[in-house]
Parts: sequence; structure tokens; C-alpha cells
Amino acid sequence: MHRCVKIEDVRREARDVVSILFRDPCIALPGQFYMVWLPGHEEVPMSVSFTGMQKGITVRAVGPTTRALHSLEADDRLWIRGPYGRGYSIRGSRPLVVAGGTGIASLAPLVEEHPGDVLTLLGARTSEDLFFVERLRASSGVWVSTDDGSEGHAGPVTDLLERAVEEHEPDIVYTCGPEAMMVKVYAFASERDIAVEASLERYMKCGIGICDSCSVSGYRVCRDGPVFSDELTEIYEFGRFRRDPSGRRVPI
Amino acid sequence: MNLGVRLSGIELRNPFLLASGVLGETGESMLRVWNAGAGGVVTKSIGLSPREGYPNPVIVVLPHGLLNAMGLPGPGIEVFAEEVRTAVEGGAVVIGSVFGAGPDEFARLARRMEEYGVSAVELNLSCPHARGYGMEVGIDPEMVREIVEAVKSAVGIPVWAKLTPNVADIRPIVEAASGADAIVLMNTLRAMAIDIRARRPVLSNVFGGYSGPAVKPVGVRLVYEAYEVTDKPIIGVGGVTTGEDVAEYLMAGASAVQVGSAVYYRGVEVFRLLAIELSHIMEEEGFSTVQEMVGLAHG
Repeated sequence: MHRCVKIEDVRREARDVVSILFRDPCIALPGQFYMVWLPGHEEVPMSVSFTGMQKGITVRAVGPTTRALHSLEADDRLWIRGPYGRGYSIRGSRPLVVAGGTGIASLAPLVEEHPGDVLTLLGARTSEDLFFVERLRASSGVWVSTDDGSEGHAGPVTDLLERAVEEHEPDIVYTCGPEAMMVKVYAFASERDIAVEASLERYMKCGIGICDSCSVSGYRVCRDGPVFSDELTEIYEFGRFRRDPSGRRVPI
Repeated sequence: MNLGVRLSGIELRNPFLLASGVLGETGESMLRVWNAGAGGVVTKSIGLSPREGYPNPVIVVLPHGLLNAMGLPGPGIEVFAEEVRTAVEGGAVVIGSVFGAGPDEFARLARRMEEYGVSAVELNLSCPHARGYGMEVGIDPEMVREIVEAVKSAVGIPVWAKLTPNVADIRPIVEAASGADAIVLMNTLRAMAIDIRARRPVLSNVFGGYSGPAVKPVGVRLVYEAYEVTDKPIIGVGGVTTGEDVAEYLMAGASAVQVGSAVYYRGVEVFRLLAIELSHIMEEEGFSTVQEMVGLAHG
């Protein structure tokens, strides 16, 4: 069954992004996710974006369910199960974090919890889509890029990789965001023999590893992932295919 | 310990098969379960057309079992060819599960599965939560008989009939299904869960199928009853989680078992664990083959 939690705070992070904060005594590790349900709407997986006693999810409004989540206020109730899945492992001493869009929601708690010297590359469409910048600056260096150049580097966040690797000399790369971006990050780091942990996203139903909906090349995103590392060499669907709700393979 | 069994003419390296509906939608997952030690893998139930299934929530994790109403999602029989082939070419023993609205549909689907290289076809006469399919055809003995006959005359591979527990008396259904090469008992129990704070059913479909440790005694009872009225081998399904559960089903009259929810409880490794546990039990109890245990509880 779901746990019904009371919302303590809702924060507007960017023009179409809010964080919903609530108290949940479970231990949540960076990279894990909740299955979140608002009765009357679809249950959806959401990365844990705050992992302290006060937990949180950070939601971009993209469809009816996420728009309904945006209508929530403090003291409203939310139904959750989890946290599920395998999150990021804390390793290395000079991590490089590469986030695109709402991918930073899953990576922000890692940046906070990682004891190493962290550099974060944060990409967004425009300055109005950027969020968590101050939060990240409290525990890491932050380089920003926007597609339209309204803040930081003008262009994709992957443009910053070369200089970041040269100056920061990372021993581990963590990435979450659009899959095309993660594929570039993975290729870039692999060529330089730097380990990568990437958080994958697929259409998810059960969330507990039995229904096969979110499987990629034999790995279940909900249980074996969502964070994958060495497995990425075997996941030939990475960057190539996803599956629709009926299980049909669709090119990315 | 040799755990091999012969079931409806198929040699299986052990009696633990992956139950339909769990990790049987993609070829790579089926292969992974096979490589994890399953004796065979039953595919997700496949129909003629693609189906997205029901909206989430589709699963409720309960204290003693799982409740699900996936809604028979699947890519449809044509596209499913590549998934079956991936698993078969990887060496897996694959049983193709199919669901249809009547004898002709079942026969068409079974023929396709046979072309794809499956070792047997399993007829889903028992899904408790899909309108017009599954249990809705499987509670009528005459319909069951017609579907089994239609499929038997359409394919050369063994035909397994998976039956529903959601009937007052299973025996007429077992008798009606005995034209098949094996009887699979049971599918999930029709059930529901209500969230009291939301004041509504949790599953988007309201009703679902209950599985896991809680339902095992029901499965054991049905296998025991079926064993008394059919000479066909029975495959026990429902809450198999440990080697002891396997032994119990065997003694009730099952020749093999299927494992579904235990993939949640113990991970994909469950098949390897069951092999170790059953071997220990056989050693302790003085059995040298799985077959020796079948039906022992009937005295």
C-alpha cells in the first residue's frame, strides 16, 4: 500500500518546476525514486530530490499528472511508495556531475552527500529553466550552460566537458538528463577511461522489478537501476531504443 | 542432485518455470531468467493486437502478497516474434502464453507462437481483470473445451491450459481442459484493495489478481483437487517462494511449478535458490528424483 504523507512545503524552482516537500522517515539514497500517486491521477515515478528527514520530489509540469502535482499546496496529502531502485554509489574523490534539465533533481542530493571535490555542469534551455544553482554552489563548483545563452555558456552542457575534464581531472562522472546528452557524456568519459554512472528513464509501471515494462537490454530500470555503470556497455538500447507502454520498441 | 523432469513431452532441467506476466515481455529479460537458472520461461500473455494495459497504479504491494491489474499489456503477436526469437536463440526453453476472445483467436495465436519456436503454448483462460478475455472465457467449461480442442488441432507442440481459481468448483473446468497436454493451476485470485485515506480503490482497474505467499494454500488445494480428476500433468502456480513450497506443490500432485511474485521477494536469483533448497529437501527426505514426490500426499 502507499504511505499517505502530508506536504510541508511547495517551492517554485523555475517557471514550470516545483519541489514538493514532505516528511518521510524512510532512508532514501541519491538516485532512488518514489512511485507517487495522487488519487484520481496516474501513479508516476519521481526521483528523490531531497533526502534528509524532509524528503522531496521536483516536478516539471509536462502532462495532466504533473500538472495536478503542481496544484498541490502545503497541508495537502500525497501518496507514495518506495524509495525504490539502485541509486548512485558514492565513489571517487573528484566527481564530475553533468545534469541536463530536470536531471539535476536526482543529482542534487548526490552533490550534497558526496564527500569529494565536486564540479557540477548544469545545462538548461534558458535561464528561466535553471534551478538548484544556489543549492549546488553550497557544496560544489557549478558551471552553467543554456541553449539560448541567457545564462552561462551558450550551447549544450556537453560543450563544457572538455574544459571540465582538463581543469577538474575527475575520477568519476555522474550524469542524468536527456538520453542523447548522457550518451555523449558516457562516450566522452569512456574514451578517457573515467567511470560513469548514468541514471536512465523508461516507461515504468510496477516500480518493483516484475512487470518488464522499463527493461533495457535485460536490465530493469526500476530495480537493477535507475543508475547504471559498468552495465552500460551491455545495454545496447542505451541511446537507441525505448519501449512504449505496450512493450513495442521505439527508436529514441 | 538431478532435478530434471519430463513434462508433456518436454525435458526440463528443473521444475521451476517463470510464471506468465512476470518479466516475460522482452526477449532479453526472458533470457536473463533462463540464465539465472529457470527450467523454462513462460511469456507474458500475448494477444492479436498491441495493448497498453491499464493506467497506473497497476500494482499494490500488500503485507503477504501482491495485487496487480496490469491489463494484459503487450506488443501484439506479430511484433512479439522478435522477443521470442531472442530468448529461443539464446537457448531458453520458452512457453508462449496467449489470450484470445474465443477458439479461433486462440488457435491463430498459438500457431504463430509455434512458428516462433516455443516449446509449448500456454492458454490464458484465467486472467481475472481483463474484460472479454481470460477468466471471462475460462469459467465456462464448454468454452474451455472448445478453445483447448481448437488449439490442439491447430498446433503440434504441447498445449497447456492455465485455469482460474475464481470458480466454486474447479473439477468440471479441469475435466473440460483435459484435452490439453498439461493443466496449469492457478492464475491469481480476483481481489481488490481500498486506500482508506483516498477513500477509493488503489488499482485504476478497481479489481486485480492477488498472488504471492498468501495464496499458496489455495493453489495447493486446487492442484490436489485437480490431481484426483485428471491424468494429465499439473503445473502448480501460486505463492511458490521456497524449496519447501515446491515440495508441497509436488506432493499435492504438481509435476512442476511456476514462480512469479517470488521474483519480487527474492530477486531473479530465486531460481538458483529454489534448486539448492529443493535439492536439500530431497536429500534429507530420501528422494532421488522430482517425479518420486509427485502426488505423494494423496496416499
